Amino acid sequence: MINITNIHKIFNPGKPNQVNAVNGIDLKINTGEFLVIVGSNGSGKTTLLDMVAGSVFPTSGTIAIDDENVTKLHDYQRSKWIARVFQNPMSGTASDLSILDNFRLAAIRTRAKGLGIGVNEVFKNQVKEKISTLGLGLENKVDQQMGTLSGGQRQALTLLMSVMDSCKVLLLDEPTAALDPRSADVVMRTADELIKDYRLTAILITHNLKDAFTYGNRIILMGEGHIRKDLDTKNKQNLKQSDLFDWFS
Amino acid sequence: MDFYLTALLQGLCFSALALGIFISMKIFNIPDITTDGSYTLGGVVTAVMITHHQPAYIILPAVIVAGGLAGALTGIIHTKLKINALLAGILVMTAMYSVNLSIMGTSNLPLNSLPSLFSLLQISADANHNAFFIVATFVLVIVVLISYLLKTDFGIAMRATGNSESMIRALGVNTDRMKITGLALANALTAVSGYLISQYQGFTDISMGIGIVIIGLGSVIIAETLINWFKITSVWLSLGLVLTGAIIFQLVLALTLDVGVDANLLKLVTAAFVLIIVSLPRLKFGRTR
Repeated sequence: MINITNIHKIFNPGKPNQVNAVNGIDLKINTGEFLVIVGSNGSGKTTLLDMVAGSVFPTSGTIAIDDENVTKLHDYQRSKWIARVFQNPMSGTASDLSILDNFRLAAIRTRAKGLGIGVNEVFKNQVKEKISTLGLGLENKVDQQMGTLSGGQRQALTLLMSVMDSCKVLLLDEPTAALDPRSADVVMRTADELIKDYRLTAILITHNLKDAFTYGNRIILMGEGHIRKDLDTKNKQNLKQSDLFDWFS
Repeated sequence: MDFYLTALLQGLCFSALALGIFISMKIFNIPDITTDGSYTLGGVVTAVMITHHQPAYIILPAVIVAGGLAGALTGIIHTKLKINALLAGILVMTAMYSVNLSIMGTSNLPLNSLPSLFSLLQISADANHNAFFIVATFVLVIVVLISYLLKTDFGIAMRATGNSESMIRALGVNTDRMKITGLALANALTAVSGYLISQYQGFTDISMGIGIVIIGLGSVIIAETLINWFKITSVWLSLGLVLTGAIIFQLVLALTLDVGVDANLLKLVTAAFVLIIVSLPRLKFGRTR
């Protein structure tokens, strides 16, 4: 469970370019819940996600994961619980490294990176087997550099990488924003399956209202650093896609 | 012929420096100018310890630690004080001049007639051949060790740090610590080059490191050109090409002197040679576009 209490984020405080990005948000996300966050640009969605990930520290307020206060932990320390898929496919993978090396790092996300060689035939076969579940034909390209793949292929692999090691929370920051519709569909379906299969607590930020309507069991609308609307599973079921459009009008 | 053998030997001695530059520049994407200071530091520590009759097995670890500390200092200034890496390197390099001078106590320390790495083993009666076998073995060991390191989980994390910082942080790596470690490793290797060159040339001079970074850069750029040309992805081969780059660089300089170019113009020729290597792929790109 993620517990966000009275969280604020002010960028450049006291300066002419001060921005109050998040203004006192209280949010509880239960274990296994798939929360979708929508909102116009500058509404504070990404800042909120960055604060959960630990790449941005809040100005005030607390964040707890499974009752452990993680507010002052850095992103690399929170990787014990959190896996993340970035908006830019280039950010979530190392392009000069092979697919296999990328998966090796993901497989030891919660462990120390020691002086042993972990990429061996056994590991290679495990990765191939895992990648074959995507049905993208990438299992025979594991020695290839990640940079040779398309954005959609990279995002799909990043999703698989997130469950290579134990993970409780999956953060999806507009994962399909840079993808064509077909790749975007593969990525979102893969994400949905993994979230259900591994019973992950997930947060998805998206501008795609179709995805916001189709996926997740809870939806919130953010505006000017506040939560404007919060629909739980029952209320989301009664929501029509056209209602979502009305939220932005 | 001995002239080119000397160039080959110098190339091998500089290959540790080239590997250091490869780690800082190509793996971590950090332009590290500490090199000029840490290279001299390697030579200074070697000279002072040899003249104080310290055993050989202590000198090399001392050189590695000294170079590592210089690199770590640059890393700490860059990551903890958020100073631009280039400026951090320049600051440490500048400070190293005084440190080196203080350690050595003089601007030049001759090592002739004192025991050195090259007098430890007598594989061949010819001094140059003997030096070649020793340096070649020494460099081979370094390449194997660094290749192994880069294949380990730690090494993969190192390579990913320069490639996608956001990704590697999300995968649980403290990138600040990784950069400090990487710069320490790079400068430890650079200091090893100072260690080898000082013993090979038989003296350490306070100004021996001035502009030395260009040799490392040139070697790495030659290697990078070959890596791109042959589309090499193997870590082992890449490091082998860095070593080759260091040798080619020295051989080209030797050829330049051999054809009668004034020795005073050597630095100018070096800079021009690096410029040519850097610009060649770009010129080719310009034509195809």
